[in-house]
Amino acid sequence: MSLIATLARLEAVSTGRAQPAATVRHRHLSARPLVFVPLTTAGEAGAPLGALVGTDRDAPKLLAVPQPRDRDLRFAFLSELADVVLPYVDGFADAVEAAERAETDPETGKRIKVEVELCADAPQLIVPSRAGIDLVRLLGRSMRFRRTAEQDPEAPFPAPPRVPLLGRWLTHFGERARVPGSSLLLATTDVLSRHWATGQSTLEDQHLGALLAWIDPPEGRLGAEAAQEAELARDADGQLLCPPAGPATDPAFDNKLLAPAIERYDRARTALAAAEDGLEADDRLGALTAAEREIRALVESRTRPTWDAVWRGLDLLRELPEGARVEERWTRDRWSFTSHRDRVLAGEPPQPRRDDAVTAANKLAVREREQARLEAQEALDDPLVMAGRRLAGEAFAGEVVDVVMAYSDSKRPSPRPLVTVRTDDGPHLGERARVYRSLGGKPQAAEFVGREDGPGGDGGETLLVLRILDKMGRGKEPEAGSVPEKGDRVCFTLFEHEPRGGAKLPDPEETPWTHGGPPGEEAVPEAADPVTEEDLL
Amino acid sequence: MTAPAEAAVFDPGAAAARATDAILRDTLHGAARGVVVDSPPGAGKSTLVVRAALELAAAGRPLMVVAQTNAQVDDLVLRLAEQNPDLPVGRLHSSDSDPYDKALDALDNVRTSAKAADLAGLGVVLSTAAKWAHVKGVEPWEHAIVDEAYQMRSDALLAVANLFQRALFVGDPGQLDPFSIVGGEQWAGLSYDPSASAVSTLLAHNPDLPQHRLPVSWRLPASAAPLVSDAFYPYTPFRSGTDHGDRTLSFGVPSDGSGPDRVIDEAAASGWGLLELPARHTPRTDPEAVRAVATVVRRLLDRGGAATSERSPDPVPLTAGRIAVGTAHRDQAAAVRAALAELGVADVTVDTANRLQGREYDVTVVLHPLSGRPDATAFHLETGRLCVLASRHRHACVVVCRAGVGELLDDYPSTEPVQLGTLVKFPDGWEANHAVLAHLAEHRVAWRP
Amino acid sequence: MPAKALDARALAALAANPGCRRRAILDGAGVNKAALASALGAPSVFGQSQFAFVRGNAFEAKVKADGGTELLRLAHEKLDRAAEPPAGAHVPDLTAQGPEGRTARTELALREATEAATAAPGAWTLLDHPMLALDVAGSPAFLEPDAVVVHPDGSWTVVEIKSFPMLDGAADPAKVGAAARQAAVYVLALERVAARLEPSPRVRHRILLVCPKDFSNLPTASAVDVRKQRAVTARQLDRLTRIEEIADTLPEGTCFSPELPAERLAAAVESVPATYAPECLSACELAFHCRDRSRAAGAVTRLGRPVRAELGALTTVEEVLAAARGEAGDPDDPTVAALRRAAALRAEALADAPVPVAAREVAPCR
Repeated sequence: MSLIATLARLEAVSTGRAQPAATVRHRHLSARPLVFVPLTTAGEAGAPLGALVGTDRDAPKLLAVPQPRDRDLRFAFLSELADVVLPYVDGFADAVEAAERAETDPETGKRIKVEVELCADAPQLIVPSRAGIDLVRLLGRSMRFRRTAEQDPEAPFPAPPRVPLLGRWLTHFGERARVPGSSLLLATTDVLSRHWATGQSTLEDQHLGALLAWIDPPEGRLGAEAAQEAELARDADGQLLCPPAGPATDPAFDNKLLAPAIERYDRARTALAAAEDGLEADDRLGALTAAEREIRALVESRTRPTWDAVWRGLDLLRELPEGARVEERWTRDRWSFTSHRDRVLAGEPPQPRRDDAVTAANKLAVREREQARLEAQEALDDPLVMAGRRLAGEAFAGEVVDVVMAYSDSKRPSPRPLVTVRTDDGPHLGERARVYRSLGGKPQAAEFVGREDGPGGDGGETLLVLRILDKMGRGKEPEAGSVPEKGDRVCFTLFEHEPRGGAKLPDPEETPWTHGGPPGEEAVPEAADPVTEEDLL
Repeated sequence: MTAPAEAAVFDPGAAAARATDAILRDTLHGAARGVVVDSPPGAGKSTLVVRAALELAAAGRPLMVVAQTNAQVDDLVLRLAEQNPDLPVGRLHSSDSDPYDKALDALDNVRTSAKAADLAGLGVVLSTAAKWAHVKGVEPWEHAIVDEAYQMRSDALLAVANLFQRALFVGDPGQLDPFSIVGGEQWAGLSYDPSASAVSTLLAHNPDLPQHRLPVSWRLPASAAPLVSDAFYPYTPFRSGTDHGDRTLSFGVPSDGSGPDRVIDEAAASGWGLLELPARHTPRTDPEAVRAVATVVRRLLDRGGAATSERSPDPVPLTAGRIAVGTAHRDQAAAVRAALAELGVADVTVDTANRLQGREYDVTVVLHPLSGRPDATAFHLETGRLCVLASRHRHACVVVCRAGVGELLDDYPSTEPVQLGTLVKFPDGWEANHAVLAHLAEHRVAWRP
Repeated sequence: MPAKALDARALAALAANPGCRRRAILDGAGVNKAALASALGAPSVFGQSQFAFVRGNAFEAKVKADGGTELLRLAHEKLDRAAEPPAGAHVPDLTAQGPEGRTARTELALREATEAATAAPGAWTLLDHPMLALDVAGSPAFLEPDAVVVHPDGSWTVVEIKSFPMLDGAADPAKVGAAARQAAVYVLALERVAARLEPSPRVRHRILLVCPKDFSNLPTASAVDVRKQRAVTARQLDRLTRIEEIADTLPEGTCFSPELPAERLAAAVESVPATYAPECLSACELAFHCRDRSRAAGAVTRLGRPVRAELGALTTVEEVLAAARGEAGDPDDPTVAALRRAAALRAEALADAPVPVAAREVAPCR
């Protein structure tokens, strides 16, 4: 943790309120996000118990599985979830804009520009916490290999239509969420704790209620006590006042409220099955419906506080102005969405269980590049982030105290002005190190020439001499505004602003012997999970 | 002194020669596509690489050499030219400014270029893995040598492996592991996990490749090899090529009784010295510890050190160039450099563990990575870091550290997550730190300026 | 002191915070920490959902069904393919009176199974819930692994049965790590038993982790190499302060009975130092109490161990803030200098912010 972040946390302790960890918003927020607050059944791998889902904060759709061990009921849940998520996702598929993409011409092998479609906007899924992201992945994995009756009339337990498709989309959201700086799928706790430093540990920040209590405590309360109350306070029944944001439920809820309700439901169902005539069946159906309604009410009572908390978190985040480069990163999310839309349209098979060697390496390369981009862009967008980089010796800010015109030695001399910057910062500059500043949104490079200690002697001010290298136009004289002037405040970074692309990896069919050689010749579609009586999903 | 019976049977020179012969036999005449060589610190890895390169070139096999950093590539080019000045060598380099050591320009038979095509037809072409990855559309080389293969990531090997038909992979499994700045947990346990080391992927897919081990460290003295072997290579032990008494370090100026002088004498006599400062939590650049490091270096030079060894029975003066200071962080290295400059010491190498990898000195002075720290992170507990710092010396290693590291370790237990299917090769950082600490405790000298 | 079986949570707490003396003495004395925490007014939140409990038990029963056929099949497949496949399993009865009795019974069963294997190789033995003893900080602790397998060659393997899934061959690394640390303790305890036998049977360092496969509750398994965890645990156990030594530092008559008035109980607990860190919250029943105390003391560690990294000798919130504000501390101390620099940079950045972000705050930086 950087000292600046540590100080912010300590100040939060001392003032009783969370302190800013960012001065702008570093993630894109959609005007119409889809919020998803799921609950699962304890002890089972992601078996859904229920969820609130929707785009209207005042009218979430409640989904519940009255008997989580019943396959038909689980399928009904997933089917209903698909009915909410897929139309929302599809709503972004048709509005497109023309864009260009560089591709390799298969005949000439040259890089050429191709006209392609780019979706004008993309869907955004918001879950309460990081565990919610894991559940999205798990649900995706559990559904995408399912076969519907239409795909496979022989399938022993066919999935409802559209469930496999939902699985593919949730898988895509889950994979995209691993890319640093992406915003297709966000966890509220992650985004909030990126922007505020609380007076508790990062572990405790995982609790959405406690986190919000620090950021926006109730009138007249201190963050610490409000957070503790959110974490621990229980009613006379022993139930948490602020239920966990899920997907896991509180054991006290399971044991005291949910288990008896499920038992009543089971009894009602057995009774209904045993009904001997229509009249009795009507009665018992009424009892079953009541039992089901009770479970739905329980699910709603545990998800609604979290639902409201997520929206409150979004409100707080929207108060921050969006960072200048956030839009650019969202465009990458739109590309990601568009290309998955295209894969689905083209009838490609679902994402495999495991990436092949080349895909894994390519994904890692993308994530490393995006991590570098994110770190650079956050610093450029936000003086508070840049302050951390300055403290770490990775950037410096100061005033230009001298500019001397100079030229390169080449036949056609180009401008290479020497700029002296006075700074209090202590950058770790090696001999002839490259530094960069943002000029009209583009990086301008300079070379470190030398330093002299300022009049203050040790520590304190330093004079750094830099030679500006580019972005000054083609002429003998630099273009107006391209060279800093005496008196200007400037900020240079030691890190590059645009990460460099790595080398192209071989195609999967050219996977070398060191990595197991090419994957199998024929592309067999992955088999669905074998289904047994005891399956969970 | 009588050597123990088993040591009498062990002839390090013969053992090392046997290993080298077997490696070259498999490389030049074997049927396997790859040969893997594990080399502990100072076991003659570079010598092996140069020798294998010369023999492959002599056999007329077009050879590409893959190293991990530009400095490593340049070093190999210089060694090749030294061994065989007539061998035509290509140095493929990047198009950045100052892409290679200017010393290469003075060599007649070394051609440098940023384009692989310019170097076609040369017997040996050397470059970094990063640069090789950009080479496309060329006829594959018949043979490759991949140096520092344990520090190369699996995805980097994926990018270059189509450039060669067969390869010799050489590296030190105990040094710093490759890493990724982003999480790659989803691939952990897969044979081709892109952030794992190149060797683990290679062996997962080709388990029958011949694997060799250089069994003898020529660098580490008899006092150091057992500790380094036990703490960092518990499952692949090695021995020192020299015996107790084969090397001596002595000083013309007697001890003045100060802590630094006493720890220098302890280290000269036993190979190890721990200069212990009083327990205290400090910032990373602990001024007292930095001063203690600088003072030890100053005294090493002032006291007229001289070393004898199997290389030179006549005493060789211990000069600044034969001493190095190792730290965990760059700012610590900078603080030590500043402190040394104040004491008028120049030309002593001061660097972080990362940059000291593969280097060798007579005496090293190490600022313990956990000295004075209030916390112990995974970074500080990484075995590779401590292993590099504790295995750069031929004669003696002085560790400067504040008391209390043992208790600190107890507060930072090892609770690493475990990925199914991954190979456990090395000891735990927590455990290795304790093992080294326990050994150093026997050579403790209290700081008294 | 009555000995108490160290359950999985106590083992996890030991691994998570071996240096905490409060935990050491309470676990060593067999104090019910959950009851103690409730009596102190900071109840622990560990509870188990009956759904998880039922399913966990059902899974373990399924794994061990048919005299352990499936379990031994997995042990053969994952650990010992060279051996004769298990035809039928020998499952000795381990019931006995009290933990000491069960430990002795287990030891006997292990010896018999090993001797039988050496005499007539080919037989597999499954010990269902054996009991092992281990000296922890000078006091005996009883351990109950899910199972131990005796291979046809007479070697022993620890089996851990967990209810988290292995999905496409991978499982939650934090949970696998915890299982590996737990199993390492069992391995050490088994090695003590093995050392008493002549010849000493081999205790395998790859344990068998059995979990539900994918979304089913069919068992699948993976061999987990616990050499690291074993080495770490062995050293931790070596370094533990003996419980008697801690007890000797306590005031005469110190007692941790939950029946005591809260005030006296708190004083008793307070008399043993704790080393609280947020990691305790997921491992120790007493964590909320210790967190409250840590907060009251203004300790920075309650914000997480890494927070202390750059704070040198400063350990309380007020000390750090005072140094950062320039109200205390030696400006030549690098910690203080860095703090002031950080505070200045932070203040400058907040002043430079595109919109005044501090509007919501009372006073960002005094």
